[in-house]
Order: sequence, then structure tokens, then C-alpha cells
Amino acid sequence: MSGIPHDHYEPKTNGEKWLNSRLPIVGLIYDTIMIPTPKNLNWWWIWGIVLAFCLALQIVTGIVLVMHYTPHVDLAFASIEHIMRNVNGGYMLRYLHMNGASLFFVAVYIHIFRGLFYGSYKAPREITWIIGMLIYLMMMGTAFMGYVLPWGQMSFWGATVITGLFGAIPFVGDAIQTWLLGGPAVDNATLNRFFSLHYLLPFVIAALVIVHIWAFHTTGNNNPTGVDVRKGSKAEAEKDTLPFWPYFVIKDLFALAVILVVFWAVVGYMPNYLGHPDNYIEANPLVTPAHIVPEWYFLPFYAILRAFTGEVWVVQFASFITGGIIDAKFFGVIAMFGAILAMALAPWLDTSSVRSGKYRPMFKWWFYLLIIDFFALMWLGAMPAEEPYATFSLIASAYWFAYFFVILPILGVIEKPLAQPETIEEDFNAHYGKADADATPAE
Amino acid sequence: MFKKLAIGAAFALALAPASTFAAGGGEQHIEDFDFSFEGPFGTWDQNQLQRGLQVYTEVCAACHGLQYVPLRDLEALGYSEEQVIVYSADNFEVFDPEEDDFRPAKPTDHFPANTGVGAPDLSLMAKARAGFHGPYGLGINQLFKGMGGAEYIASLLDGYTGEEKTEAGATLYENTAFPGGWISMAPPLSEDQVEFADGHSASVEAMSEDVAAFLMWTAEPNLMGRKNAGFVGVLFLTVLSVLLYLVNKRLWAPIKGKRLD
Repeated sequence: MSGIPHDHYEPKTNGEKWLNSRLPIVGLIYDTIMIPTPKNLNWWWIWGIVLAFCLALQIVTGIVLVMHYTPHVDLAFASIEHIMRNVNGGYMLRYLHMNGASLFFVAVYIHIFRGLFYGSYKAPREITWIIGMLIYLMMMGTAFMGYVLPWGQMSFWGATVITGLFGAIPFVGDAIQTWLLGGPAVDNATLNRFFSLHYLLPFVIAALVIVHIWAFHTTGNNNPTGVDVRKGSKAEAEKDTLPFWPYFVIKDLFALAVILVVFWAVVGYMPNYLGHPDNYIEANPLVTPAHIVPEWYFLPFYAILRAFTGEVWVVQFASFITGGIIDAKFFGVIAMFGAILAMALAPWLDTSSVRSGKYRPMFKWWFYLLIIDFFALMWLGAMPAEEPYATFSLIASAYWFAYFFVILPILGVIEKPLAQPETIEEDFNAHYGKADADATPAE
Repeated sequence: MFKKLAIGAAFALALAPASTFAAGGGEQHIEDFDFSFEGPFGTWDQNQLQRGLQVYTEVCAACHGLQYVPLRDLEALGYSEEQVIVYSADNFEVFDPEEDDFRPAKPTDHFPANTGVGAPDLSLMAKARAGFHGPYGLGINQLFKGMGGAEYIASLLDGYTGEEKTEAGATLYENTAFPGGWISMAPPLSEDQVEFADGHSASVEAMSEDVAAFLMWTAEPNLMGRKNAGFVGVLFLTVLSVLLYLVNKRLWAPIKGKRLD
């Protein structure tokens, strides 16, 4: 499967041969687990395993929660309390599921920014990147619909606001919104379809994860230098790589265990820290909360959505040339989805031939600024829509787009990259040439 | 190294919750009470919970329900099965669809809902309010103080200034803990309104704290189980991390050692 030459599974016994000639599943698993992996991978490369763990955790806890949950507007909130009070271990299941979503997004954001820094999106890994972006979109959809299920105040009003975005689409918006909600407003039909989709989408994600892994197992992993593994011969490739099992499995499991210490502490001691208190109030269509705030992982994009008000000249210009079809609300929706699309287009916007940010002296600083920008947007997304936050939001949103559509294309032309190591082996030896046994592995 | 620190700090920031940004207008004053159930090893003070139940029963229950709390759960406060049966029957009536009439409550029932005067249900109140939001709405203080739900309730009950005003035909009472500063609930507690069997002080402040602790219990009855699971899990995962660290170190040693020459 991989383009990197390595040993393949050879059935030895008659039983193995019998199975292999009918279904080469053992060979498939062997090739997947023993994939040659660049030996210089650093600790930013552990988040894939964390993400896989999160998906499994969410599916397992979710399936058990479904056994006790009732998707009905009159019963949903009470059924959550039933889980919290009467189901054995129900409170842990529910808090694990709730905070598992947050861990999932912490991991996916670090994983994405890892890719953005080390140029993992660049040729030949564009498909891996695009599939990853699809997974991320599906995750957002799943998380959003999952948040509606407890039928608290934020569930209800969050659903109202977010589905309202589709109502901003010119001409067909209202029809689409009604179709999505199953009625004129968020109600039982909405809750039921969200429940159905919340159960379905994780399995779509699981399928996409397999494609994601398939794609990067075909191209091989990227690595901190961005230099390709030598593929001339098996002996050459072995100088640059180590098999995934056991070297990276153990390393990743160690990292996962450390992350789970923190995760478990959050679940055990402060499970509601990342949630919103209003969601412990049952949904009431007649009472609007003072501030409708989405979950933290949506905040950066929520800030971009709100940044483009009717007072911004770009919005006024867009409205003018389209004869008012693109109003401020629709512009915000375009901007929000555009911000995610910008990430997805990174492989074609980045003109630099150097993959890793390590060897790009100018890129580095713009990238760090993007990280700061991301956190700034997260903070601004939670602030009320008033000055000075509105101006800050606009600046931060503008930088997000500028990074992808202006800075990445220009940097590739004007930047003078530093010298890259010839091979991964050289990079690895430079780190560990005089290493003693105490050094942290692959760090 | 700097990069790691920077990213660590950024990570900590990322964990600042959305919830904390949602503070309403007005200067709220929330007292940081020292409840026995706080901290990693804090436990319920059963006497306090019993006093809180008494305050709820004699005062709050007139207007507020606890519809998500099963009466049988009161055994967790140290009452016997008999006591819960007597308490339920003495204090609450529930509608029984089979009898098509009201009957005295049994431990298998929940506390009744009470929507008579439009007062909110209190079952989850201690989780539906956050006492602490700062600094700058980042909610970092919640890492040290907790969400502050019980603190909010206690501060609110003890936060009346005595001022009142009439607005659109409704009387509002000034309260230093309430967002906006004016609340429609009249001061519910007065000095020595309740007589505690254990002779504990029944000042407004003491009763406020007791009933806040009780409402923390109604909101999160499994708090102790959760913290215990947290402790055991953290301990187990820490040991697992150490073992995996050692395995990993040993596994990689020859890979790096080979390059010594």
C-alpha cells in the first residue's frame, strides 16, 4: 500500500495461506501497523492517535447514553437528569461524552495547526488534507447537533441561531431553514432529526478516517523536516524510517496516557468548566438568554461570522455590486464558511516549495501570529457584539483571510528558505548524534 | 523550549470556557464561601445538608419546586428509610393519575414541581448559575474557585440591601449578587425563621449557606462519586503514564544509541 519499500506479510502455514488467498486481511492489517514511519517525528505527531481515541470514546459512551436518552422535547431534559441520577455510572458516561467532545476539538485544532506549520498539506498530501477538512466539518456538525440533544436553553437557542444562518441564503434561505428544522421553528421534529444525524455522522467520520489514513499511508507521513523518505531501496528507506509498531505505537500511547491524566482530572473535578450554565435550564422558546454563546470550539468562526456587520465597507461594497442580494447576514455566513474553506485551499495557496516551517524564516512569524489570531478570535467570539470587540473581531478576521489568501502566496515568492537537511537520517542524527540513553525519544 | 511554553500558555487559554463570558450587566458581588464539598477531597457536611433541606422545606418550597430530585435520594443525607417515608408524606402532595387525585408523596415520587408563582425550579440551580467569570471574562478564576453556583445562591440570599422600587407595577428588591442589581423575589429569609434541631445558628447568612449547600447536592448528588472516580482515574493513568514512559525510553534507546559513533 505504501510507496515506501518495506517487508510485506508472507503467509506461512497452510491455514494462513488458505485465508490469505481468499481475504488478505492479515496482510492489510500487517502493512498498516508496520508502515515505515519517519523516525524523526516529534511530539506534535501524536494527536492523530488522540483523535482516534476520541472517536472511539465518543462512539462507545454515546451508544450507552442512547440507551437511556429520550429524544422528545418534553422528555429530553428530564432523561438527561435520569442519566445523571439514576443510571449506574451515568454521570461519568455523560461527563465523559460531554468533555470528550472538547478533547476531540483540542486535538483536532492542534493536529490541523501541526499540518499548517510543517506543510503537511502540500503535495503529495492534498487528498489527506482535504479528507481531514471534511472530517473536521463533520465533527462540527456532529458536535453542534449533540449539543442540542440535552434540550437546555443553550441547546435550543444555539440551534435557533445556527440554523438561522441558512435562512440568510438569498431567495431559498427560508425554504432551506424550514426544511432543516422540519417546521417553522426549532421543535420536536428538529430534535428528532438532530438525534438521528448525531448518531449517524460519527460512523461517516469513522469511514473518512479510514480514507484519511489510507491516503497518508500511500504518500507516507510528513515529518518535521518536510524532507521525503528515500524510496530507492528497502535498505535506504530503513535508514530514514522505523516501523509504526512498536516504536510509534508505544510513543503515542505514552502521550495519550499523559493527555488522559489531564482529561480525567477535568471530567472528575470540573466537568462543567467548558460548558455553559444556561444549559442546565430546560429549553424555553419564550425566554431568550442574555447572551447566546456557542461552545468554545466554535468561537473563532462565530467571531468571524459576527465580524462582518453592515458598517464594514467590504460588506457594503458586496451588497452594492450584487444589488443587495448579499446582505450583511449572508456575508457573515459566507465569511464563516470561507474561513474554513481557506484552510482547505492551503495546498494551492501556499506557493513555497519548502514544506516545513522550520526552514522558512519569514513564514514562521506569520504562522505564530495566526495562532495568536486564532485564540484572539476565540476570545472575541464569546464577547458581546459591541465596541471595542467588534473592531478587534474585524481585524482578527481580516488577518485570518490575509494569511491564507495573501501571505501564503506571497511568502513563497519572496522568502529565502534556510538549508534543509539532505535526509531524515541526517536530521535524526543531528539530534541524537551525541545522545545518551536519557534523552527523550524522538524529541 | 520557548515555543513549548508559549503553546502551553495558549492551550491554557483555550481551556477558558465560553460559559464564563456570559456575565450579565452590573457589578455582581459573589462571596467566595468555603464549602465543605469543595476541593479534590472535600465531602458533604451531612448536618449542613439536613439543615439546608429544612430551610428548603419550610421556606423555599412555598414557591420553588425540585422536580428532578427523587425523594428516595434523601437517604443520602443520612435519613433512614422510615424518616424519608414520613418526611415525604408530611410535606408534599403529588397528583396520582391512577387515583385521579392528589395523595401524600411517597419516596418513589420526586419532589413536586412548583410553578404557581412562576418561580424557577431549583433542582439544578447550583449548576445553572456561575458565580465567577473573571478575569476579563476568561473564567480562569473558576480553575481555582470552581464554577461558584452554590456561592451564587448563598450570596444572592444574603445579598439584599433592603432597598426596593416599583417598576411597571412589580416590586423589585435590590440585591448585590443578582445580575442587574434588582430582583423580583422578595427577601425570603429572616433571622431565626427556622429552628434547627442541632441548635445551629439560624442567621440569614448561615441559612443561606446551608440551603446553598443543599441545592448543590440536589444539582449534583453524585459529586462525591465523581470526585472519587476522578482521583482513582488520575492515579491509575499517572502510573500507566510512568510505565509507558519507561517502556518508550527503553524501546528507543538502541535506536539513538546506535548513532553514538
